[in-house]
Amino acid sequence: MERMTLDGNAAVAHVAYRVNDVCAIFPITPASPMAELADEWSAEGRKNLWSAVPIVQEMQAEGGAAGAVHGSLQAGALTTTFTASQGLLLMMPNMFKIAGELTPTVFHVAARSVATQALSIFGDHSDVMAVRGTGFAVLGAASVQEAHDLALVAQAATLESRVPFLHFMDGFRTSHEVNTVTMLSDDDIRAMIDDELVRAHRQRALSPERPVTRGTAHNPDTFFQARETVNPFYLATPAIVQRAMDRFANLTGRHYRIFRYDGHPEAERAVVVMGSAAETLRATVAHLTAQGERVGVLQVLLYRPWAAGDFLDALPASVRKVAVLDRTKEPGAPAEPLCLDVAQTLADAFARGARKDLPLVVGGRYGLSSKDFTPAMAKAVFDHLESNDPRTGFTIGINDDVCGTSLPVETGFEIEPPGTTRALFFGLGADGTVGANKNSVKILAEDPERYAQGYFVYDSHKSGAETVSHLRFGNTPIAAPYLLSSADFIGVHKFEFLDKLNVLRHAREGATLLINAPYDPAELWDHLRRPVQQHILDKHLRLFVIDASGVAQRLGLGPRVNTILQTCFFAISGVLPREEGVRRIRAAIEKTYGDKGRAILEKNFAAVDSGLDHLHEVTVPSSVTSTEELHVFVPPDAPDQMRRIAALQFAGRGDEIPVSAIPVDGSYEGGTTQYEKRNIAFEVPVWNPDLCIQCGQCSIVCPHSVIRAKSYDGALLEGAPEGFLSAPVNARGYPDKNFTLQIAVEDCTGCGLCVDHCPAHDPLDASVKAINLSERQPQIEPGRRNLAFFDTLPEHARQDVDLHLSRGLQFVRPLFEFSGACAGCGETPYLKLLSQLFGDRLQIANATGCTSIYGGNLPALPWRSAPDGRGPAWNNSLFEDNAEFGYGMRLAVDQQVEMARSLVRTLADRIGTRLAEEILNAPQRTDSEIVAQRTRVEKLRRALADATDGLARNLLALSEYLVRRSLWIVGGDGWAYDIGAGGLDHVLAQPRDVNVLVLDTEVYSNTGGQASKATPVGAAAKFAAAGKRTPRKDLALQAIASGYVYVAQIALAGSPEQTIQALRDAEEYEGPSLILAYSQCIAHGLKLNLRDGMKQQRRAVASGYWPLFRYDPRMRQAGMNPFRLDSTRPRLPLEDFAYQELRYRILTQTRPEEARLLLRQAQAAVDERYRLYEDIAARDGTRFHPFWQEESVAPHNGNKTGEAAQ
Amino acid sequence: MTLGTTYLSLDLAHPVIAGASPLSATLDGIKRLEDAGAAAIVTASLYEEELVGEEEALEAIAVVGAESHPEVTSYLPPRCGCRNPLAAHVETIRRGAEAVAVPLVASLSATTREGWVGIAADLQAAGAAALEFNFHHVPTDPTETSADVEGRLIETVRDVRAAVHIPIAVKLSPYFTALPHLAASLAEAGANGIVLFNRLYEPDIDLETMTFQPNLELSQKREIRLRLRWIALLAGKTPLSLVASGGVEGVQEILKYLLAGADAVQTTSALLRHGPEHLARLVKGLTEWTQGHGATSVAEVRGRMSADRLEDSGVLVRAHQTTALLL
Repeated sequence: MERMTLDGNAAVAHVAYRVNDVCAIFPITPASPMAELADEWSAEGRKNLWSAVPIVQEMQAEGGAAGAVHGSLQAGALTTTFTASQGLLLMMPNMFKIAGELTPTVFHVAARSVATQALSIFGDHSDVMAVRGTGFAVLGAASVQEAHDLALVAQAATLESRVPFLHFMDGFRTSHEVNTVTMLSDDDIRAMIDDELVRAHRQRALSPERPVTRGTAHNPDTFFQARETVNPFYLATPAIVQRAMDRFANLTGRHYRIFRYDGHPEAERAVVVMGSAAETLRATVAHLTAQGERVGVLQVLLYRPWAAGDFLDALPASVRKVAVLDRTKEPGAPAEPLCLDVAQTLADAFARGARKDLPLVVGGRYGLSSKDFTPAMAKAVFDHLESNDPRTGFTIGINDDVCGTSLPVETGFEIEPPGTTRALFFGLGADGTVGANKNSVKILAEDPERYAQGYFVYDSHKSGAETVSHLRFGNTPIAAPYLLSSADFIGVHKFEFLDKLNVLRHAREGATLLINAPYDPAELWDHLRRPVQQHILDKHLRLFVIDASGVAQRLGLGPRVNTILQTCFFAISGVLPREEGVRRIRAAIEKTYGDKGRAILEKNFAAVDSGLDHLHEVTVPSSVTSTEELHVFVPPDAPDQMRRIAALQFAGRGDEIPVSAIPVDGSYEGGTTQYEKRNIAFEVPVWNPDLCIQCGQCSIVCPHSVIRAKSYDGALLEGAPEGFLSAPVNARGYPDKNFTLQIAVEDCTGCGLCVDHCPAHDPLDASVKAINLSERQPQIEPGRRNLAFFDTLPEHARQDVDLHLSRGLQFVRPLFEFSGACAGCGETPYLKLLSQLFGDRLQIANATGCTSIYGGNLPALPWRSAPDGRGPAWNNSLFEDNAEFGYGMRLAVDQQVEMARSLVRTLADRIGTRLAEEILNAPQRTDSEIVAQRTRVEKLRRALADATDGLARNLLALSEYLVRRSLWIVGGDGWAYDIGAGGLDHVLAQPRDVNVLVLDTEVYSNTGGQASKATPVGAAAKFAAAGKRTPRKDLALQAIASGYVYVAQIALAGSPEQTIQALRDAEEYEGPSLILAYSQCIAHGLKLNLRDGMKQQRRAVASGYWPLFRYDPRMRQAGMNPFRLDSTRPRLPLEDFAYQELRYRILTQTRPEEARLLLRQAQAAVDERYRLYEDIAARDGTRFHPFWQEESVAPHNGNKTGEAAQ
Repeated sequence: MTLGTTYLSLDLAHPVIAGASPLSATLDGIKRLEDAGAAAIVTASLYEEELVGEEEALEAIAVVGAESHPEVTSYLPPRCGCRNPLAAHVETIRRGAEAVAVPLVASLSATTREGWVGIAADLQAAGAAALEFNFHHVPTDPTETSADVEGRLIETVRDVRAAVHIPIAVKLSPYFTALPHLAASLAEAGANGIVLFNRLYEPDIDLETMTFQPNLELSQKREIRLRLRWIALLAGKTPLSLVASGGVEGVQEILKYLLAGADAVQTTSALLRHGPEHLARLVKGLTEWTQGHGATSVAEVRGRMSADRLEDSGVLVRAHQTTALLL
């Protein structure tokens, strides 16, 4: 039998692909890889059991995918989908239908938390539990092997029972764990699938040959009875599943039970559980029973339909106390769902005499959002059952210091089997560590007698993230679905981690430590901080050092230190004899790169050789010499919340945060990123004041807001640190003013966009700009000093700068800074602009996606307040509902504006009639007008400050609404073009003042580059691997067609001024506005790693691919044409823009002829679209809708805030 | 009346070959050139350095943001069915060789020994009728001698000769000091022909951006003179096939090259200017001129004015045009 090392997603997809005709999907973490694999195989022409290539169709949303699944099933195809979390919830209505119609299908789910107080992409059963009432059978796997096997059992069972199945594994813990799996052969799969049943399914399909009417509507007279008709099918299902499992066992030798019991045959205490925790419990139970404890664990594999009899048969009669562990939370319920099912079953059995006694049943929660569940926690649960008063509602794995639900966990309890080697690697997102470790797992599991497991933990940044790889190798199958608590080998692939993370707390006595550091063996020790030295000495670690980053740079591998460090691991870890390990790596390289070109192959071989050459063992001194402690992130004067939460998370100690420290409703103070100082750039920009023309272009394009400018009185330079750069202001009329461009060196990601975009260069050397990249290390200290001084210089008053130009905007402090977005991100500069233009009154509804992850993933919160305490208020609802979410905010704001205005009228006498009049009639368009209104509202508050009556207090509470609020609906193209398109369409059709900003990367960036309807023709993306065949949807033109939406298409580098103008116009316009912002993205595969990003924006505009325009309905008031084309005719062949990007170039390699054809089509489409825009721009004004807010047609329920503004 | 000629021991219907250009980069282009009447087609050059660049770019697909975030294992779709760039090029040659009846000469410009030998073998296996080495070298190292440069070229030919059996033509730049000696050495190393001459990039400075702009303009008629001289001087004195390349705009240039002793003539710029259909006009013109001058075959025309057949070849070896001025 073939063995493979693969993760749960691949293990499931292997089976699902072979037994289905159609997959209708929508990407969602952590289930996306299943769909992506299916799509990849389909593109390759791989066949299913029936020698057909399955159709894999991406839909616009999970709701759409479920509809397509339903339709496909009704039309007779074997159909599946892959999903998780909110995606599964969006499928619910169809799941009821599919089950109600007794339609066989299996939905494969990587179970994930449902968003509540926060979104989480990680695993628990809240999604599966939420759909338990749909009528789907629910079958849960505990390991990668189980997921692989049960995928097939589910398929066999659904065909026989006609009950649809939800087959799930734990998101991430199983879906992303790499483990050694014995693969099912096509013969095995074939043997499990009865073609008679498949034909029966096809026969039940709708067909004009056998016409039926299905999907009818019932009245009270029949619905109930009809609902009860399915009972026999559900009653039969558990036995069908068990038979399928038995048949499976005969074929493969792997036995499954719908309820699996392990432990003492006469156990007194038992734990009931679903999912991967069962593996941990089994190992713990084995350990405890060996010590004489009478304990057992019952794993529920088939949760629905619940087979009470089988459950009772599986649970030993001797059990007196049962703890049921639920990986979900149902607030307000007497217990979580599995616990209630178990309790009901036992109570019923006892009442009927089927059991002699009724055990005590308690329920507890564990593992929400992939919280680790360890053997120590498993033991704690058994210990709790042993206590005098076991209670329901306990939690395990956290410190609940509010309600005291959490159980104490014994530290140091470990049951790792002897003979298992454990290794931990601390890497950086882009350095290839994770990939190399997956490769190591594969290499080591090549031997039939060896097993390997890999699991990977990432922090929340899109790039430059810290990754921790947990690897186990051993001679028996590895059933340990929890993180390593101690390791025999620790690899630190970025030296800085040692300064801030306590990585060596995981080191075992005598473990091997490998550090990637730019230091000689002799000098390494002096660079290690005290706690690190102490660990090394106390635990007698063997210490090795290699300058892998230096070697990689010299070999032209950039940041990719993976092969070098992987070689070192094999050379010194002892998992294989050294020579054998190196031989295996070389063989793996040959396999991976053999067909990718000789140069690449040789570069990797060179990495192996250099790795061995530059690896040195360090002689460890006998004593600690450093006095330096680990880096502390958040200073003592930081807000309390940041010290209690963000500080610990930054230090990798988030698990220690108690419940009491966490806000009850998900509200956090933003701006934590200012404390991170990630120092991830290799090079950072350095300002050259002599060449600088002070235009602000560098600052406006900076994705991480690290370039700040101030102009100030020259006298303030007194006391400036040495080396603080300054230049006279170069504008006329400011003779004594100085200008400084300050770089936040430690927050910069080194993307280089600023340098590329800088228009000023040395007259004799175009490569020397007014801002240039230089190595970061020497810049850190002066950078820190200069930034501290810069921060003491006075901020500019908003009303004093020209907010129309980048030159002026550079002086406005961004309230969005240092996010975890990718280096060179094309989206973030627009968000920074929003924060500069409208930050003190900005309210954002943010669709799920990159923007919500780098915008709001703890602990890195980039949205912050200004020194006066005002700043952007931000919330993320879901992926699909963002337009509606923002619109709801608009309704609430409008309503409260009306209420406030009404109260001002009512209380005019007490406020002062003149002030009241001024407040009601104040124009609030310009910044100075806003400042004036704020002053009036302040006066109003003072006037009412002492009032005690309800009306006055109501007005005080509502007075903030008298200052115009800037409401923005922000999201990506996946939201705007696909999943949220319906809502967006509806919201844009309403006569209210909402501003929609679409950060258009033309692809689902956050989930890893899946095609959206914004993906252009000819570009390859996931689910369009053969190149997108249809042109991108012209969302702008759709909105323009309505006549009353302000529409703009912008590209920051194409024209910063047009961008700023469009954002200001949209904000000013008192109706719906839509802005499409071109955003380069890592998923485009730009040749120069996004450094070229702004140049590429200019190419997009110059080629006519992304014309700039504005459609302003207000122009109709003056009888003018509202459509203005702001960019020139195409003056660059599309090819010169497109082929800068790998997404287009892939096709030239894979399908050269088609690539040429698609390019021709794309060029024709670009030319024609520009002509169309030109036609529109050239029309007479009368050819457009009249202005919709004209007196005679003004809607009566329109936004009345306009009244104040006119 | 026959226009037939032999080039690199390949029998050609006439002496007009389509030179390496973007036109012959695709299967479609190769077919169009055959349809238009090319006697042989030299495929667009495969540049090893570009190949490596492409390989690295494709590898970058796998690496772009890979495993950088829990939601992202990669950003671009896997290289489904994606051959490496060399395989893609070789595949074009293979399909081209199958699709056309005229000989397909594969042009190669490698930078390493492994590249020359390995890729040459791949091209032979794909069905190339012959190889054309696009050998260009811009010496920048002051310690490198002319002998080093020539030695490397000869060594390369020797290495590839040992690995392939199909004919090899070497396309030379005009900057070799002692061309007849080099030609002899190449023949001795196993080359079967030389192409005179390669045209190299002559970058210009853009005063606006103050950067060098790589630039290769299409060839002009006047460029044939340098080539005429060397073909006339070499014809009959070397066992190598001689092909003229550069400046062939109309039939006159072809005739001049043939008269000087070229076995065949490549045309490239004219086809880029006027389209592959221009080939038919050239062949027609050649036929008409040959017939008009009473010849029954191209063989009768070829080499009539090579140095060894001229009574006075002084005009060819004179370095300055004093005589011309005096006359």
